[in-house]
Amino acid sequence: MKRILSGNEAVARGAWEAGCSVASGYPGTPSTEIMETFARYPNVYAEWATNEKVGLDVAIGAAYAGKRAISTMKHVGLNVAADALFYVAMTGVEAGLVIVSADDPSMHSSQNEQDNRQFAKFSRIPCLDPADSQEARDFTIAAFDLSEQFDTPVLLRMTTRVCHTSSPVEVTEQQQQIPEKGKYPRNPAKYVMIPANARRRHPVIEERVSELSGFAENFPYNKIEYRNKSLGIITGGVAYQYAREVFPDASILKLGMVYPLPIELIRTFSESVDKVIVLEELDPFIEDQVRLMGIELYKPAKPLNSDYAHTKSIFPITGEMNSAIVRHAAYQAGLINIDVKQEPINLNVSLPARPPTLCPGCPHRSSFYVLSKLKVPVNGDIGCYTLGVAPPLSAIDTCGCMGASIGVAHGAAIAGDQERHVAVIGDSTFFHTGIPALINVAYNRSNVITIIMDNRITGMTGHQDNPGTGFTLQNQATTELDIEKLVLACGIEKVLTVEAFQVDVIEKTLKQWLKEDGPAVLITREECALLPSARKRYLPLQVTDQCNGCTVCFRIGCPAILKSEKLDPKYHRPLAIIDQELCTGCEICAQVCPRDAILFRDQVIALRKSEEG
Amino acid sequence: MDIKQLKINYPNGINFLLTGVGGQGTILASNVLADLGMALGFDVKKAEIHGMSQRGGNVISYIRWGEHVYSPIITQGEADIILAFEKLEALRSIEQIRPDGMILINDYAIVPVTVSSGSSEYPDDEVIQESMQKFTSNTYWIKGKNIAEEIGYPKASNVVLLGALTALLEIDPKEVLRVIATRIPQKYYVFNEQAFDSGYKSIQNRSH
Repeated sequence: MKRILSGNEAVARGAWEAGCSVASGYPGTPSTEIMETFARYPNVYAEWATNEKVGLDVAIGAAYAGKRAISTMKHVGLNVAADALFYVAMTGVEAGLVIVSADDPSMHSSQNEQDNRQFAKFSRIPCLDPADSQEARDFTIAAFDLSEQFDTPVLLRMTTRVCHTSSPVEVTEQQQQIPEKGKYPRNPAKYVMIPANARRRHPVIEERVSELSGFAENFPYNKIEYRNKSLGIITGGVAYQYAREVFPDASILKLGMVYPLPIELIRTFSESVDKVIVLEELDPFIEDQVRLMGIELYKPAKPLNSDYAHTKSIFPITGEMNSAIVRHAAYQAGLINIDVKQEPINLNVSLPARPPTLCPGCPHRSSFYVLSKLKVPVNGDIGCYTLGVAPPLSAIDTCGCMGASIGVAHGAAIAGDQERHVAVIGDSTFFHTGIPALINVAYNRSNVITIIMDNRITGMTGHQDNPGTGFTLQNQATTELDIEKLVLACGIEKVLTVEAFQVDVIEKTLKQWLKEDGPAVLITREECALLPSARKRYLPLQVTDQCNGCTVCFRIGCPAILKSEKLDPKYHRPLAIIDQELCTGCEICAQVCPRDAILFRDQVIALRKSEEG
Repeated sequence: MDIKQLKINYPNGINFLLTGVGGQGTILASNVLADLGMALGFDVKKAEIHGMSQRGGNVISYIRWGEHVYSPIITQGEADIILAFEKLEALRSIEQIRPDGMILINDYAIVPVTVSSGSSEYPDDEVIQESMQKFTSNTYWIKGKNIAEEIGYPKASNVVLLGALTALLEIDPKEVLRVIATRIPQKYYVFNEQAFDSGYKSIQNRSH
């Protein structure tokens, strides 16, 4: 039967149908929904790991123990998990192991657009690259079989468009029964990667690549679609869809397995068409390998007007594609004609941007307000709180990857930077990779001030539980990590936990600490304003006629505070007004107002009572 | 109109672009259109971008109905129909409409922080209407927010617009309501049905 599934839901479905019973991963857009969906299937174990490396180790242990296992992450998560990837590529597995990397071409929510097909070649494991939800489901099942047949982990490489596009998928209601394996392997020659064993394993995995390349010649998801033979397109992943859209009559070699490549199939296809091109997103991954086979690709008559033409022959190396981009590049390369009469119309009106902002009632806002006032250098991290970089708060100076804040702040401090450095990190990110960096601060005695913004959830990716929340992915009650005790155990002596909405306490504490020396950690605690329990406390605040339009409340950057059309009679400045649908009643604006013109929650309640009475 | 007539009017299928601000129900509306397309026998793709912020940012989704749908994305000049739940976002997506394509606009503004902080200005209605005129005259302004508030369920302006769309495409409203019922909690169905009917009638009353 057919159901409409997103690519992520289809991967989870495929894993379940394939009899996969263990999943471990870390949330990250665009991969998160794979785990969330899989966790709801019967007879499976699924967990949020503390980071991607731990998640992959867990899946590896399960696969060693004879259970089909999957580990999911966003593309940059595989950087964190790379150490595990490279040893499991060497050891192989007892039962199927699939590693899902969700790449993010165009960086819709990422710091780079690295092409993780490269990781497959780098670590010598096969890579499958689905083009839609049906393939996401089918390839996941195929990946488990491939993993066992060739004793290798398999990389299932997704991209944002495949992850977050929904389309009909043919599924079965049957879950494959995986035969019980014997006891845990006692096979050190294969599973203990001391140098002597590793040296023997390296030729094995090189041989495996050759065998897989041979297998790829007849792999059913590598297929030729012959149409008009004047143009042949070699493609894989979502780029196939744009190939069909822009070149409906061209012959296509669609590669479901993009590493290793089927050499004879590619040669046969190339020889049977007049000219051959490669159409792929991001890196010239297939293109470079095809060139190395000695196959001559179509060359445009005149050089293309592109900064990167030396890296990739026709299509852009940056950003995700769409039909318009592919059509334009193909036109420039002389492959197709475009009817110039149908040139699109342009709007030519500049519109106000609607950038992502910290939500109304966000508990991170108060710290950023104070930090922007103190003008100290702030090293940020990955999460909702990265939005502290946006004006008017403009309170973040660096941000690179998960867990970087504390190490970077430490580096600046020990380099002798004259300013005092602050690191800002969320609860989940602190558990992910912040802890070793904080131990490093304590161990090597720098005077970094770390603010751990504990909003009691993994926020940015849509509210996933983590070691601080007291619940697991499958909603089991569990131990709740005590951040303050952990920080003390790391060797930091100066630790304070405050309520995140208390602007004055945060300001007083930081000002005091800036005068003192040595490392310190401030934990600002308040649950994310979008959590159901927080929503129950929403109480919109009000502005009184004491407001004279001084603009201080606008500096906290809250979307619920607007400039009204009324002007102050004396200064002719617009007065503040609070949007009653957006305001949650966090009281940050009321605290910063110098004229006490914004009512606190108690005052609002009292006012309402008196109005009713 | 039955499915055959729909296929005569839209021989290559229909490309929908839905746009709004986080929290307006853009995703629910796009789920309904994807399910509906499948129920009508089309191949369907629905693409959306889950952005950086949970609330307050722009949300766009694409739904494509066709014999066989390849690309998940719609680009400049390819949208047959735009459903905009907010006026500024309608204008931001206007370059995507095909010549004389149909636009349904919720007559409602959500002021972005860049405007409330005074760094830019929200465009006037005249500017919005004139700019749209360059692309298509096939526009329907719908008081979705007002209608939803009258019903007592202000969140339902997305369903008001779905009602209007159903009337414009002459699809059987019962079929659309059946799909909506599978996508929302039962206790809110009555409100959604009322919102849908009001949207549906707002178009019928215009044409008669």
